Amino acid sequence: MEQNVICRGLSKTYQQDAIIVQALSGIDLDVPKGDFVCLSGPSGSGKTTLLNLVGGLDAPTGGEITVAGQRVDLMSQAQLATMRLMHLGFVFQAYNLIPVLTARENVEFVMQLQGMDRKERRARARAILEDVGLEGLENRRPAQLSGGQQQRVAVARAMVSGPSLVLADEPTANLDSRNGEMLLELMRKMNEGRGVTFIIATHEQLVMDHARRLIRLHDGRIVSDELQR
Amino acid sequence: MSITLRLAWRNIWRHPRRTLLTSSAIAFAAAILVFMVTLQRSSYDKMIDFTLRVYHGHLQVQPKGYLDKPQIRNTIPDARALASHIRRLSGSASLSVRAMGFALASSKERSYGVQVLGVETENESHVSTIPGLVRKGRFLSSDDAQEAIIGYLLARNLKLNVGEELTLLGTGRDGSVAATVVPVVGIFESGSADLDRQLVQLPLGAFQDVFSMGNHGHTIVVVGESLEHLEELQRAVRSGLPPESSLVVLNWEALLPGLKQAIQMDWVSGWFLYASLIIIVSFSILNTFLMSVLERTREFGIMLALGARPGRIGVLVIVEAVWLALLGLAVGVVIGTATVIYFHIYGFSYPGMEELAAHYNMPAVIHLALSPLSLTLGPAVILLVTCAAALYPALRIRLLKPADAMKAV
Repeated sequence: MEQNVICRGLSKTYQQDAIIVQALSGIDLDVPKGDFVCLSGPSGSGKTTLLNLVGGLDAPTGGEITVAGQRVDLMSQAQLATMRLMHLGFVFQAYNLIPVLTARENVEFVMQLQGMDRKERRARARAILEDVGLEGLENRRPAQLSGGQQQRVAVARAMVSGPSLVLADEPTANLDSRNGEMLLELMRKMNEGRGVTFIIATHEQLVMDHARRLIRLHDGRIVSDELQR
Repeated sequence: MSITLRLAWRNIWRHPRRTLLTSSAIAFAAAILVFMVTLQRSSYDKMIDFTLRVYHGHLQVQPKGYLDKPQIRNTIPDARALASHIRRLSGSASLSVRAMGFALASSKERSYGVQVLGVETENESHVSTIPGLVRKGRFLSSDDAQEAIIGYLLARNLKLNVGEELTLLGTGRDGSVAATVVPVVGIFESGSADLDRQLVQLPLGAFQDVFSMGNHGHTIVVVGESLEHLEELQRAVRSGLPPESSLVVLNWEALLPGLKQAIQMDWVSGWFLYASLIIIVSFSILNTFLMSVLERTREFGIMLALGARPGRIGVLVIVEAVWLALLGLAVGVVIGTATVIYFHIYGFSYPGMEELAAHYNMPAVIHLALSPLSLTLGPAVILLVTCAAALYPALRIRLLKPADAMKAV
């Protein structure tokens, strides 16, 4: 099976004042294309650190990371930016939309960075906002949307440029259970309909229940890796 | 509008009060600069014109080398005929022939070395303000009259008054002794201590007789309508010179290099003052942008995570600075230009200038000149400084690491 993410002996240490913190240690991980993976574990277990390393947002202290056939750990900052732009989508806990842009403009932002022409950007943004159920709300700014709606815009933004991998960090943490459920259904739909790989870091049971594969982390190590269905 | 321009425009309105305060500072500085630069440049034009009209004129036709070494033998033959010819070619310009020599001037009590200037009595008042600055007595009556006017400092030094005799003793063009005794018919006060201390004016005909000049002169002084079209006038005058003559046409910058240097020095010192104003404004801008960048660190982290390059976010910050500057400059330039237009129509006068101006026969009010350079120079500098002030915060973005930036509060 074609692998989307491969980690070998991945480790990350932080220095906090005089103390060295081992955030990740010896992580070996293979995530096939089209998988729906949930990283779970208590706070400080290394979930967000692992996502950051896979997404090229942070550099590992040791080991190798390969995403879509490219060695992330060997890339320059410019190459990492290009890889994030062309291959990855991110969904964050706090929605993290650009507050001065409307829902449509937030979705178009990534495509603008990709250099896509205006007509195609508009069409794609309209289509994906329809897919996430935000038809008619395209011209609202984030402050005029509910938390659930904002997170759906964030998912639309992550998906619109056709990434092969979406990394989501606690995407339902700020949502009520109904909105959380809707969001997960949406992600599953994207995963099954478009074959996009999802890696979601969470400590919520609701998310874990939706995952095809559940990886548990503890003190920076993988303690279990189970297929759920 | 591209998303960068739109994003930048909306970003500056996240904090309307801060934006209005910063752009007000820019507007204030721009309005001040538009007015001050225009006033300064208009004052220079006035100063140059006034200075040149006292004595030197806008242009002078001279024998080659005469400016550096004013020898009496180095002359313009048949100078009046040449002046008439050039007058026909140069349209509305005024011309006057002069001849110059050096002599020992004596009264009953004292002697001083002086510059003796022979002037065309009818034309001199069109190229020089000295005929209008005679404080005692009158100006020279005719070209052949045997009479003189002298500067008031020379009159004081020689203890001479109007009606008393002045003896001049010098060397003529042919090497002969040039000597004459003439009554002083007028005493002038030009405002230039050098002229008032050293200059004796005789009618041109009388000078030519005394100094054995024949029909020769030394300079033809030319004054155009304004300094704006000086190059055209210079070309017209040059075209009237006899072919293969050794005559040259010198403009005021060659005649009075010190005046140009003084203006340049004043211009530079003026810009020290303006620079202080601009620096104060630039610190306000820098402060605004540092705050703006710091409070959006998390947002920039998100943009980096989405694949934006730091350079692109830096450009966004610079575009924000440009928007802010344009906002302030638009208001500032409108206010500054309106002020300039007001003083262009009604004139500007420095306090206490009226009396001084009246004394030296010069206009008391300056009508500010509307020129694109004066109206845009200051604002252009502010725009550049604004962009430069935003450069540091923009460059700081390069140091951001996405993971760390997204943790910022």
